[in-house]
Amino acid sequence: MLKQIEGSQAVAEAIALCRPQVICAYPITPQTHIVEGLAALVKAKQLQGCEFVNVESEFAALSGVIGSSAAGARSYTATSSQGLLFMAEAVYNASGLGLPIVMTLGNRAIGAPINIWNDHSDSMAMRDSGWIQIFAETNQEAVDLHILAFRLAEELSCPVMVCVDGFILTHAYERIDIPTQEQVDAFLPPYEPVQVLDTKEPVSIGAMVGPDAFAEVRYLAHHKQMRALELIPAIGADFERHFGRKSGGLIHHYRTEGAEVVVVALGSVNGTIKDVIDDMRTEENIPIGSISICSFRPFPLAALRESLKDVKCVIVVEKSLDVGLGGAVDPNVRMALRGLAKPLFTAIAGLGGRPITKNSLRNFFKQAMKGELDTPHFLDLDWAVVNRELERGRKTRRSGPIAENILRDIGPGGPLAGGESS
Amino acid sequence: MTDASSDQPVKFYQKGTYTVSNRLVDARNRLVQSSMDRNNSLTCGHRACQGCGEALGARYAVDAAMRASNNQLIAVNATGCLEVFTTPYPETSWQIPWVHSLFGNAPAVASGVAAALRVKGDKRVRVIAQGGDGGTTDIGFGCLSGMFERNDDVLYICYDNQAYMNTGVQRSSATPPAARTATTPAVGDEPGNVFGTGKNVPRIAMAHGIPYVATASVANLKDLEYKVFKAMGIHGARYIHISVPCPLGWGSAPQDTVRVARMAVECGLYPLYEAEFGEVTNVHKIRRPVPVQEYLILQKRFAHLFRKDKPDTKRIKAIQDMADANIKRFNLLGEAAS
Ligand SMILES: Cc1ncc(C[n+]2csc(CCOP(=O)(O)OP(=O)(O)O)c2C)c(N)n1
Ligand code: SF4
Repeated sequence: MLKQIEGSQAVAEAIALCRPQVICAYPITPQTHIVEGLAALVKAKQLQGCEFVNVESEFAALSGVIGSSAAGARSYTATSSQGLLFMAEAVYNASGLGLPIVMTLGNRAIGAPINIWNDHSDSMAMRDSGWIQIFAETNQEAVDLHILAFRLAEELSCPVMVCVDGFILTHAYERIDIPTQEQVDAFLPPYEPVQVLDTKEPVSIGAMVGPDAFAEVRYLAHHKQMRALELIPAIGADFERHFGRKSGGLIHHYRTEGAEVVVVALGSVNGTIKDVIDDMRTEENIPIGSISICSFRPFPLAALRESLKDVKCVIVVEKSLDVGLGGAVDPNVRMALRGLAKPLFTAIAGLGGRPITKNSLRNFFKQAMKGELDTPHFLDLDWAVVNRELERGRKTRRSGPIAENILRDIGPGGPLAGGESS
Repeated sequence: MTDASSDQPVKFYQKGTYTVSNRLVDARNRLVQSSMDRNNSLTCGHRACQGCGEALGARYAVDAAMRASNNQLIAVNATGCLEVFTTPYPETSWQIPWVHSLFGNAPAVASGVAAALRVKGDKRVRVIAQGGDGGTTDIGFGCLSGMFERNDDVLYICYDNQAYMNTGVQRSSATPPAARTATTPAVGDEPGNVFGTGKNVPRIAMAHGIPYVATASVANLKDLEYKVFKAMGIHGARYIHISVPCPLGWGSAPQDTVRVARMAVECGLYPLYEAEFGEVTNVHKIRRPVPVQEYLILQKRFAHLFRKDKPDTKRIKAIQDMADANIKRFNLLGEAAS
C-alpha cells in the first residue's frame, strides 16, 4: 500500500511485517524513531508474538538478541554510531556464533567531536566483523532490504546489517509502498534455526577454540560471505517475483551503458549522483553513469570488475575516511580493478552530515575526468580553516581542542577573543 | 539417618560439618550430587585445576537447578575459568544446552534467552546465567543490574573466587583487602590489595528489590543446593553468590578448598544469608567462630601479613574488624534459627 510516511516509521512497519519475536534496543539518534515505532506497535498489540526488551545499553541490546536468536527466536535490533561501537564486541560475537540477527544501522558519524549527522564511519568500523552489510539507496529500498535481510540472514545463518543513511533517509517523508502481510509471509518463511538451545538436544554454543581450528572457523565465515555473493542476487530476483519491483542485489547500474566514466558510491548519495549524471549527459553530452553498491560486505569484486572493465575512468564518492590511509571504500574498488590500468579518483564527502551538492559533485567529476586531482580528494574542505588551525598548532606547539578552536573562529560573531568561554 | 534398605552403619567422614552426605544417608537427606540418578550436567574430564572450588560449586549448583527444573534448563556462561575449562574445542563437559557469548554480557544474553522462551510460551524451560566475580561484579555489572531491574526470569549465579583467575590472578572488585594478586603485588607500604569500601554485589542485588538473593559456599553444599532449589522455584530475577576458593589464586592446598571456604564463613568474612524483595529473611549462624587469622594463614595470598620478622597486626586487625562488622550486621553469633 502506498503511504506518505517517514523513513523510520516505514522501516518499523517493514520489520513488523517480518514478524520478529524478540526486539532489544537502546535509543540513539538517528535510529530512535525506528525502535519507538516498533515499541508502539508491540505495546498496542499490533505486533503480536513479539517481546520488546528495553535494555540498559547497546551492548546489552545486541547481547540480548544474541541470546534470543540462539534460543530460536527471530531477533532484531537497531543502532547508530557510538551505539554500534559500544556493541562492537558483541557485533563480532554474533557473526562468530552464526546467528541470523537483523540490525538496522542508521548511519551516523563517530565522535569526537560529537556529531549526530550522517556519514558511513560507523559501518566502516565494523566492516571486518563478518556481518553482511547492505546499503539502502532510498527509503523504498530501506523497507525492501529489511524483508530481504531476514531471508538472507536465515538462509545463511549469518547476521545482516541494513545500513540506512541517518536523517537523509531515516527522517525523510516520502511516498513508500508498504507490502502487505500476505506478500511478506509468502516471501519469508518462519525462522528455523540451524543450531538452537534446546533441552531435547543439548548443544554447547560458543566453545573455546585454539590455534588448531580457529583459522578454519574464520575461513568458513569468509566462505559464508562468498556464498552470499550468489544468494543476494537470487533472493533479489525472488523478491522481484513476489513484490513486483527490483530491490537489493549486489550493485545497481544507472546509465552505465556506453559510459566512459562511472561513479561508484554507497547509499542515498546515489540519488544526487544520478541527478548530476542526468545533467551532465543532457547538458554536456558526457558519457557518464553510476553504480550504487548495495552489498558492501560481501564485496562484489567480480560484478564490479565486469561492470567497470571497459570504462575509461572510475570515480568513487564515499562518506568515510580511513584515517591514515584515505578512503575506506576506495581500496575495495581498486581491488576489483586489479591489473586494469585505469585512473581512479576518490572523493571523501559528506563527513558529519555536510551536504553533498550537485555543483560540488559535478566540478569534482570534471576535474577527475581531466586527471587533475590528487586522490583522495576532500570534497568542499575549507582549506582556510584547516590551514589556520595547522598554523596555530605550529605556533603554540601544542594541540588543543581542535573542534573548539575552529568553532571559536567561525562562530557567528567572527573570531572570539581568547579566554572567553562558551 | 540410615537408609532403610541398608544394614550398613552410616560412617561420617567429616564429623561436625554440613558436607556430610553419602549414599548411606536416608534418600531424603541426600544431596542431589550423591543421588544415583544425579544429572551430571557438568561431566568429569574438564580441565579445572585440582581442588577447584568453582568446578565444585558449579557442579552442585547446576545439578540442583536441573533437578529443580525437571531437567529443563538452559545455561548461559560468561568468559572465565568455568567457561574455558569446560569447553576446550572440540570437547564440551556440558550435558545441557549451554551458550557462551562474551565476558561482560551473560546476564543480557540470558535475558534474551528468557525473552525467546516467553514469546514461544515455553513455561517449562528455565534459564540460569553464570560467571566469575570479574564477569559479575565488574565488566558484566551493567548488564546484571539491567537484568535485575527488568526482573527477567533468570537465576544468575556468581562463582566468587575473588579475582580474575582465568587471566592469571589479577584483582577484581571482589578481591579482599590485603590479598596479593598479580596486579596488587605484595610490595610497598601497603602490600596486596588496598583497603577500600569494596563492592558487595549481593547487597546491591538486594537494593534492586528482586524476589530472591542468597549467598552460599562450597563449604556447605547442602545449603547451596537448598538455595538453588529455592531460587528455581521462584520466577523473576534471582541472584546467588557462591564462595568458591581457588587453590591456584589463593595459594591454598588443593585438598583444603572446602576447609578454607568453611573458615571464610566461620570467621564472619563470608556471611551466609537469604533475602527476599530486599529484606534479609534467613541467616546462617556461625557454629564455631574462628578468628580471621586462622582463615588467612592458610593462603599464600595473605602470607605477607604473617612475616616472622614483622607480622602485620594492624592489617590483620582491620580484616578482623570487617568480619566483626558482618557478625554484628547479620547477627551471626545469635541464637540459631530453628
Ligand atoms: C572484554 C574482555 N576483557 C578482558 C577479557 C579477558 N578475560 C577473560 S576471563 C577474565 C577474567 C575472568 O575472571 P572471573 O570473571 O573472576 O572468572 P574466573 O576466571 O576467576 O572464574 C578476563 C579478564 C575478555 N575475555 N574480554
Ligand atoms: S585457576 Fe582457580 S578457578 Fe580457575 S580452574 Fe584453577 S582452581 Fe579453578
